[in-house]
Amino acid sequence: MTGRRAPGRIAARFARLAAGKRAGFVPYVTAGYPTLDHTRELVAGLAEAGADVIELGIPFSDPMADGPTIQRSSQGALDAGTTTGDVFDVLAGLRRHSDVPVVIFSYLNPVVSRGVGEFIREAVDAGADGVLPTDLPLGADPELESRLSESPLDLVRLIAPTTYPDRIREIARASQGFVYYIARTGVTGARSALREELGREAGAVRAVSPCPVAVGFGVSTAGHARAVGAAADAAVVGSALVDRLDSGGVVGALALARELREALDEVRPG
Amino acid sequence: MTDGTVEMGRFGPFGGRYVPETLIPALDELAAAYAAACGDPGFLAEVDALSADYVGRPTPLYRARSFEAEAGVAPIYLKREDLNHTGAHKINNTVGQALLAKRMGKPRIIAETGAGQHGVATATACALFDMECVVYMGTEDVVRQSLNVYRMELLGAEVRPVDSGTRTLKDATNEALRDWVTNVADTHYIIGSVVGPHPFPLIVRDFQAVIGREARRQILKAEGRLPATVVACVGGGSNAMGMFHAFAGDDGVALVGVEAAGEGLGSGRTSASLSEGRPGVLHGSLSYLLQDADGQVAPAHSVAAGLDYPGVGPEHSHFKDTGRARYVSVGDGAAEEAFRALPGLEGIIPALETAHALAWVTEAGRRGEIEGPVAICLSGRGDKDAVHVAGLGAGEAGS
Repeated sequence: MTGRRAPGRIAARFARLAAGKRAGFVPYVTAGYPTLDHTRELVAGLAEAGADVIELGIPFSDPMADGPTIQRSSQGALDAGTTTGDVFDVLAGLRRHSDVPVVIFSYLNPVVSRGVGEFIREAVDAGADGVLPTDLPLGADPELESRLSESPLDLVRLIAPTTYPDRIREIARASQGFVYYIARTGVTGARSALREELGREAGAVRAVSPCPVAVGFGVSTAGHARAVGAAADAAVVGSALVDRLDSGGVVGALALARELREALDEVRPG
Repeated sequence: MTDGTVEMGRFGPFGGRYVPETLIPALDELAAAYAAACGDPGFLAEVDALSADYVGRPTPLYRARSFEAEAGVAPIYLKREDLNHTGAHKINNTVGQALLAKRMGKPRIIAETGAGQHGVATATACALFDMECVVYMGTEDVVRQSLNVYRMELLGAEVRPVDSGTRTLKDATNEALRDWVTNVADTHYIIGSVVGPHPFPLIVRDFQAVIGREARRQILKAEGRLPATVVACVGGGSNAMGMFHAFAGDDGVALVGVEAAGEGLGSGRTSASLSEGRPGVLHGSLSYLLQDADGQVAPAHSVAAGLDYPGVGPEHSHFKDTGRARYVSVGDGAAEEAFRALPGLEGIIPALETAHALAWVTEAGRRGEIEGPVAICLSGRGDKDAVHVAGLGAGEAGS
């Protein structure tokens, strides 16, 4: 069956990274920003530039966990007419020439609006490997969470700096593919510096997590990537890529991606 | 305080806690602090004392005889929440939540506001308790509710205009949530309506339920019977839920929530989430929501800034689906007409939000659709709207 993924493509990628003692690179892309053609070119280029997992974001009208950059890219994508169907279409196109693992990043409403069963079916058919709903914390909706976690899609969970230790363990155990550690309390957005405690916190999550730990929020530069790559299994970069897409187009964003990939290869996950 | 349906923050299937993980510990802390406060006679006594001495409760239940003649139904009683300090029901909630924030040791308060009444009520509570206060307000509302912006600033609050999205209450709420995610360690978010993630819909309802408790007692005293019909306007739905809650167990009492139909149902320019929306997730809870086929939140519209919101409190969604309340709608024009009519009839200038409830009673009364006694929650005073409506009268109406 074309389009249906091999089971555990994300896990396989992280296993390969671990075997090579390399840190993973997880770029985030707002689908449809500034246009769907840009996104097609960008995701294809990211796969070639060494992305280990691509977070493909469904734009949402009310991105309450996002800062100004991703608010702007989300609104821009919606203003350009991007639909959820278009996002799956971009992914299906990528699948014709790349098997890079892809996680669909979404706020919950586009998922529940479609009907979770239909959303899963379309995502799987398009070739998605996972789903990361930013506003579905552990325990919020057990029925919906089971439907996602029992589907062929990996349900990727988030852990925050405010999450208490018992809950960190529970979330890490429940997460599939990898678990996402949020680098700071706050919204997404590029920053000049990471917090000093980040390495220790990521290490604490890794110590209790059965799955790989990716760190994102504010990871913007090669220096940040090195710091994260030394403390976690992967670095997630979103707003900095969107900013570069604005200033330098797809070529500029891909140049930053290669720079980040190289920086991650200069360190070995602790 | 709670019944079984809200143990998990659910009203039937609605409600819940759909938020970024960062906020979960704060919501747990808030739920625990609230439960502890509700079991603390000292806390409850402090809320009661401030309600009496500072807010001015109980508010009167006034029989509006001239309005009865207009509407063709009698008797009609107005629950005078406009007579609360700051001029609306909003302060019932802000005083309670500010006290709760003090108990939790959070010195910084944030809020969102549409009409500005919740912003003013929050700024007032913060002035009273000497807390830092930041209020987020859409830039469109900053313009149409400029008097309230000045009041908030006089009270020492910082008003932060929000220029994203539709530049109204929805976007102010997004920005307040982003602030909370960022500053959650020292900040309490005083949500202004029965919306948001659990436990907010429960907390706000409980602090507003004083409206219906008083009204029920007052009408029993005046009429010797319960009202046949209880009416309130619904945006997020805090004055309505506050008014309805005491009557929810009285099967003979019809509960009617009046939404803002804006330029008319079907026009695509309404705020009638319950009439025209379908269930969805916004601002942390599952409830009826105005949205497109892809689940993108649709822009709401109402002449009343306080109703201009695409969502609604989850308990209202539950009441709609169970049939416990009926939800109807009134457009901008009828609301403006009611806004202009009541001052001459009763010497009371209602808020534009409240005017929706008055307009519906007038229409339904004239059609002979409702029975008395009718109790209407007069949720706020209309001084804030006078300049805006005067401007509409000068030729902007319908534009």
